Amino acid sequence: MSEIVGKIVRISGPVIEADDMRGSKMYDVVRVGDENLIGEIIRLNEDIATIQVYEDTNGLKPGEKVISTLEPLSVELGPGLITNIYDGIQRPLPAINKQTGDFIARGVEAHALDRKKKWHFKPTAKRGDKVKGCDIIGEVQESTIILHKIIVPPDVQGVLSSVGKEGDYTIEDDIAAVTTDKGNVKLKMLQRWPVRKARPVAEKYDPSLALITGQRVIDTFFPVAKGGTAAIPGGFGTGKTVMLHQLAKWSDAQIIVYVGCGERGNEMTDVLREFPVLEDPITHEPLMNRTVLIANTSNMPVAARDASVYTGITIAEYYRDMGYDVALMADSTSRWAEAMREISGRLEEMPGEEGYPAYLASRLAEFYERAGRVKLLGSKNKEGSVSVMGAVSPPGGDFSEPVAQNTLRIVKVFWALDADLADKRHFPSINWLKSYSLYLEEVSDWWEKTVGKDWLKLRNRAMALLQKESELQEIVKLVGPDALPPRERGLLESARMVRENYLQQSAFHEVDTYCPGKKQYEMLRLMLKFSDKIQEAVGKNVHIDDIISIKSRETLARTGTVPNEEFEKRFKSLEQEMENEINSLIKGRVK
Amino acid sequence: MKRKDIEYTTVSEVAGPLMIVEGVKDIAFNEVVKIKTSFGEERTGQILEAFEDKAVVQVFEGTRGLDTKNTSARFIGETMKLGVSKDMVGRVFDGTGNPLDNAPPIIPDERRDINGDPINPCAREYPREFIQTGISTIDGLNTLVRGQKLPIFSGSGLPHNELAAQVARQAKVLGKEEKFAVVFCAMGITSEEANLFIKDFENTGALERTVMFLNLADDPTIERIILPRMALTCAEYLAFDLDMHVLVVLTDMTNYAEALREIAAAREEVPGRRGYPGYMYTDLAMNYERAGRIKGKKGSITQIPMLTMPDDDITHPIPDLTGYITEGQIVLERGLHKKSIYPPIAVLPCLSRLMDRGIGKDKTREDHAGVSNQLYAAYAEGCDLRDLVAIVGEDALSDRDRKFLQFADEFEKRFVSQGPHEDRSIEQTLTISWELLSGLPVSELKKIDETYIKKYLPPVKEEK
Ligand SMILES: Nc1ncnc2c1ncn2[C@@H]1O[C@H](COP(=O)(O)OP(=O)(O)O)[C@@H](O)[C@H]1O
Ligand SMILES: [Mg+2]
Repeated sequence: MSEIVGKIVRISGPVIEADDMRGSKMYDVVRVGDENLIGEIIRLNEDIATIQVYEDTNGLKPGEKVISTLEPLSVELGPGLITNIYDGIQRPLPAINKQTGDFIARGVEAHALDRKKKWHFKPTAKRGDKVKGCDIIGEVQESTIILHKIIVPPDVQGVLSSVGKEGDYTIEDDIAAVTTDKGNVKLKMLQRWPVRKARPVAEKYDPSLALITGQRVIDTFFPVAKGGTAAIPGGFGTGKTVMLHQLAKWSDAQIIVYVGCGERGNEMTDVLREFPVLEDPITHEPLMNRTVLIANTSNMPVAARDASVYTGITIAEYYRDMGYDVALMADSTSRWAEAMREISGRLEEMPGEEGYPAYLASRLAEFYERAGRVKLLGSKNKEGSVSVMGAVSPPGGDFSEPVAQNTLRIVKVFWALDADLADKRHFPSINWLKSYSLYLEEVSDWWEKTVGKDWLKLRNRAMALLQKESELQEIVKLVGPDALPPRERGLLESARMVRENYLQQSAFHEVDTYCPGKKQYEMLRLMLKFSDKIQEAVGKNVHIDDIISIKSRETLARTGTVPNEEFEKRFKSLEQEMENEINSLIKGRVK
Repeated sequence: MKRKDIEYTTVSEVAGPLMIVEGVKDIAFNEVVKIKTSFGEERTGQILEAFEDKAVVQVFEGTRGLDTKNTSARFIGETMKLGVSKDMVGRVFDGTGNPLDNAPPIIPDERRDINGDPINPCAREYPREFIQTGISTIDGLNTLVRGQKLPIFSGSGLPHNELAAQVARQAKVLGKEEKFAVVFCAMGITSEEANLFIKDFENTGALERTVMFLNLADDPTIERIILPRMALTCAEYLAFDLDMHVLVVLTDMTNYAEALREIAAAREEVPGRRGYPGYMYTDLAMNYERAGRIKGKKGSITQIPMLTMPDDDITHPIPDLTGYITEGQIVLERGLHKKSIYPPIAVLPCLSRLMDRGIGKDKTREDHAGVSNQLYAAYAEGCDLRDLVAIVGEDALSDRDRKFLQFADEFEKRFVSQGPHEDRSIEQTLTISWELLSGLPVSELKKIDETYIKKYLPPVKEEK
């Protein structure tokens, strides 16, 4: 097709209109103006194309040209993604930093993936093999822990007519060729995929394996499954970002894609600073070696916010297609929705609820639909998963707004952050009475097999205790705590133990930041045992004040900070001590 | 004739703060427009929407007196710029960047686009250097660090100006003498309020280290949209070109947001929440995110934006969106003010997001984090009990609970409350904290490491 060159006729912030654009397709990428800014066509009307521009449009002039690339917005896929940090349209920020200095200038061109770097490629398929999309033809050690599988692109199928020998290649070198019905297709390590199109899969399964996050309130009470979806809504300062950082650090996914969408610059800097030095508890390698970062901070162009989310999920799907368990965090999906609203407003579309476009719900649904545990294309029946966890930032902390509501209709896990808890510095401030997980049954299998047979029972008992506490609190509000019978006061003390020392977990404590599954189970078991012993003692007329002043209560309260290598031993002696202390109180009473 | 010399007299419409010029050629988005009224008065505007032959212009000094007959417009061929120079320090400027004092105009070292460019997250240095403000509730519980943006959420009639002045007066980085400057940006505040700052800066000798950008209550409202951008452009120059540590005070951001709303209404845009434009979040962020540190640069920009919460409502879009962008917030409360507590800082909703990495051993003190968490937990519990006592009476409380109740009162009296000229060291703040905590049972101090309890907890007072 011949080139399409139009000219700008209107500029309104990030949205422009260009004339003479007939022949362009929706969502094609265009280069705008003398500075070659990157934009995407979002509406076509006869000769006029409406374009959202991914860069600042200051100083752009009507009359300047617009050239269509005739290609949809796509990401580059291949080795070199891991450890990198990109802007919303996958321009590498470190490279931009080198080119234009500390501030991001406009019109910079930089490839997402290094063209010169050589990677050591090892073939795993041979000439004559029949291959389909997602079949693996070779491997590259991308980082110390990530073996990058070189896969056949999803839309290619045929017979391998050649495969490169083991050796060093750039991502643009040919490493294989496939004879297909449409002719010979050369394969390179570099592939592209349009971001707005989900990469195809053979089949979607129900998620069933727990994604272990090392966060007690999540793993024990509101777990997420590998391939699952979760939303974490909360007003400002309630702990969305810290929690998503925690999940990015400690989840037992193999690949992490972290999308900072319309949030603070320093939060991305924080990740860049911490992840290279923190160690993955499973592989003992730096966390950065399994992480890809996308950053469109709140002061970067708003149109690229929309793109950032799609860029992230496409990269996640790509690693999934290698058979990995990938987890994607998006902080915050509300900023993405607001970007949609801003662009839609400039298009003068009919506004829906609170000014959001009518397609808000379907866009959110499409995005979360790209999560899942799946059977991969390929001929080997392999599996992979993408889990998606999104922060939601409701105005005024009120969850009844459109983004929160539409998200909750889709996701299976709801971590409801609570400003009152955050004000009290109860962190994570996940409200245990409002939150839920629809994966509980599915993941309990794993826990019961690997950690403890009675896991679900313990968990449900603890939950019931907390529920009971909230009922009792209502009574306390009317009559005061002293008026409660001893059994009930005992329950309140047991619940306080769980609430203050199990649910709360400091992200900034060296040890407590990550709590292994076994330790979670043991802590909960001890706390419930404490609860049982309290009931036993008050039943024998021991005064509640005597019970709560025992020494082991304090030790129990500090179990979260017991080093992970020592906890089994220390918990055993704690259990003994607790029993002894309470038993002797009982004896004293009986005498 | 050069393009920038063409005078268009084709103004077709004037509405609210906007003016439409037809038949124009070769204009650019966000370009600056020089407007001449029929009386020959000059005003400045900026293109909000550009067409091939038409421009929608926002007029900073107001549209009063503009007409569709004699008013003329000239497009100067560039976006809004500010001439920056080290000589700006000690000077006062108006809302369009012209000197307000009687000194000669600045000879700029350079002219910079006032919108700035986003700092590359890779180039940022994570802020972690403790600034001692001498105010216990800030230093002890919501620590400010260099390069942070920490706003004060206030209500009308509350002493936020006194507090900001106290912070500006007392702020220091321990053990360091470095080049510093204050950039003071006043948007729509009264001259009385502005004078409070000016006097204070004068008294402490900070005035000669201060750059002022003033748009007072009776100055044109639309100017408030460009004022913080100019102030921050100046701050960036001082910080990242001249190695200074710059404290930027922006007051009052509520007036800034009102100006944004006025423009949006005039353009008949689809409003977001409560009539404020849907892009207000991004717009505010373009200002607030200009705080920070940059790797390899000596200087820094620390921002203290101030805003009055309409109706004392923290969920109002102005404080709400601000809180979503800034790195915490200091919240003032009318209740405390009525109890004559100064500063009336409502501790519970306050937050400093950068605190965790700015405190501790070698920065403040090893026990700081634990003490802070413990104070929070204990005070929150005390406040809850206060509500309870209001219904059931104090007799219904256990001994333990009574101690927490007492703690909350003492905490407000001794920790929160301090004089407007009382400059407490971090050591003093921590000492007061431990004294207060010693009133609670030791077994309740679970947020503090046992070794610190042994080391810092003063001997238990005998019960009366
Ligand atoms: N798990 C946690 N442990 C300790 N502190 C936390 C935790 N979660 C949040 N916080 C505190 O709350 C503050 C705000 O959290 P953040 O995640 O930035 O909130 P949000 O993203 O919801 O605005 C943090 O700076 C930190 O001080
Ligand atoms: Mg956040």
